[in-house]
Amino acid sequence: MSDFSKMLGAPLNPSRRRAIRNILLGGAALSVGARAVAGAKPVATKARIVVVGAGAAGLGVAARLSQRLDGAKITILDARKRHLYQPGFTLIAAGLHGASYSVTETAHWIPRNVDWIEEAAAAFDPAGNSVTTTSGKKISYDFLVVAAGIQLDYASVAGMDVAQIGKNGLGSVYASPEAAEATYRAMSAFTDKGGRGLFHRPATEIKCAGAPLKYTFITDDAARRKGNRGKVELLYAAHNKSFFSVPIFNEKIRMLFEDRGVKSVKDHVIKAIDIGARRASFDTPTGVETIDYDFINLVPPMRAPEAVRNSELPWKTGGWAADGWIEVDKHSLRHPRFPNVFAVGDIAGVPKGKTAASAKWQVPVAVDHLVADIAGGKSTASYTGYTSCPLITKIGRAMLVEFDYNNNIMSSFPGVISPFEELWVTWLIKAIGLKPTYYAMLRGEA
Amino acid sequence: MGQLSIATLIAIFQEMLGPVVFWALVVIAPLGLIAFLYVLIAQRGVFSRAFLRAEVIGLIGGTLSVFVLLTLTNSSITDMGGPIDIIALASVWIGGAIGSAMIAYTIIGLLLKRRSD
Ligand SMILES: Cc1cc2nc3c(=O)[nH]c(=O)nc-3n(C[C@H](O)[C@H](O)[C@H](O)COP(=O)(O)OP(=O)(O)OC[C@H]3O[C@@H](n4cnc5c(N)ncnc54)[C@H](O)[C@@H]3O)c2cc1C
Repeated sequence: MSDFSKMLGAPLNPSRRRAIRNILLGGAALSVGARAVAGAKPVATKARIVVVGAGAAGLGVAARLSQRLDGAKITILDARKRHLYQPGFTLIAAGLHGASYSVTETAHWIPRNVDWIEEAAAAFDPAGNSVTTTSGKKISYDFLVVAAGIQLDYASVAGMDVAQIGKNGLGSVYASPEAAEATYRAMSAFTDKGGRGLFHRPATEIKCAGAPLKYTFITDDAARRKGNRGKVELLYAAHNKSFFSVPIFNEKIRMLFEDRGVKSVKDHVIKAIDIGARRASFDTPTGVETIDYDFINLVPPMRAPEAVRNSELPWKTGGWAADGWIEVDKHSLRHPRFPNVFAVGDIAGVPKGKTAASAKWQVPVAVDHLVADIAGGKSTASYTGYTSCPLITKIGRAMLVEFDYNNNIMSSFPGVISPFEELWVTWLIKAIGLKPTYYAMLRGEA
Repeated sequence: MGQLSIATLIAIFQEMLGPVVFWALVVIAPLGLIAFLYVLIAQRGVFSRAFLRAEVIGLIGGTLSVFVLLTLTNSSITDMGGPIDIIALASVWIGGAIGSAMIAYTIIGLLLKRRSD
């Protein structure tokens, strides 16, 4: 051990040793710092709690509430029968796994003492403390946790047809695991043949802001492996003046693009696509510009699901109002106007996040506040905005990008895993550590 | 950052390996260790011919562990990007080598013992 510590330039303290063990064991960044509510006795209550959405955040909330409460009536609403491990979409689109890699059954993850209603929420009445389902069932609650995720707004890109993904050089990793698999086919055909690959992201908030960048690097890697990089031009059309919202990582990505020979244009916001002609149109400060491509990874604008957007829950003013992100206190995730309402996961209108890693940190905080309300106490739990994204830079290497609300670097393994180095151990975290950690999170155990 | 609890690690490994394999390993590992210690004690020290063979198997086992991990994770030796990568890879090799050598030594020891009984 002492030799290791010399190599690392610092003595190994217990937490660092634990970190090393964690890396070696393939444990994920997601898992670091799980705050176990060690041995706390469940709080007895008859409270009615409704959780809307059985995704990463909603299932985690349901699991933790059922662990911490005794006798509560917990109901979870979601029409989706398939649970999707979305961070896996990128690996599917890299050709490393089939679509089934990301698919499990929602039913499998519903905690035993939680009722699942297989319907979406159609309307919210936070003033009247009730939610109405698509079939018209009205469900009253004492507490509401909204975890309805994101609606992919493909319709707002004129000419876009999700059914065409995989054909005509049209890729879109986000749509579904099947679309990710189809995107791989299109990307693979493109890197065989050559031409221009076009990458971009919309101007709205998006989930996993690193994903469009990752796919640019993955395509670069695929072309290199085939010896075809010379035939391939890669162009990244940034929606504003930067590639990534955190300045220090933005600069690193600029350097990586330069190293890999990825060209870029700035201030390009996708507006329309002509799938047959393989042409995309962008709004730019100087008017509409079109770019021809041979392959595109189309990233749709993202908004809150319609039922949320049409409710009283979203922000009324500011940058998040238009797309319907729910107004919450960014540290407690509690709604300021409806204090018995919390929002967690992608739907929460907070400055950073929209990753499963954020959800992992938000869930225990919101749950702690809710349980404290029931128990008649006050919670001091606070979410710092921590989010993480293993940024794949080629198959076999990644960078562990972690930061908080203040754009500070939040290294899980300081001095061991550099966030600015393309490392194999970081790739291991993404390739084998993340999925089990994600599933442990759904069970409320990570 | 908070701390990573043992309970969390167990939960993650259960998801990674599946509960059956995970708990089977938890049960088998100490049994293997007991068998290894039994061979050591019964032999009254290290039995040199078995030890030599076990070492050779350890060399192969370590290399095999590295190969399996690289294959499972679609990566290659050329992906090593920094010192921590080399340390991790070396640890996998060492772990695989010690593990397979211990298993080999135990099995050879038990077989030899049966033959001499
Ligand atoms: C391509 C891609 C790559 C990603 N990579 C990473 C990564 O590397 N690391 C990482 O941490 N994160 C990553 N993410 C992000 C991560 O998947 C999400 O942030 C996470 O799933 C958010 O959890 P959530 O519960 O808020 O939303 P989701 O998991 O999307 O779940 C939302 C649920 O709400 C349901 N719902 C919607 N509307 C309603 C309604 N009206 N009523 C009831 N239910 C409703 C939906 O059916 C869905 O089941 C990636 C995402 C994608 C798409």
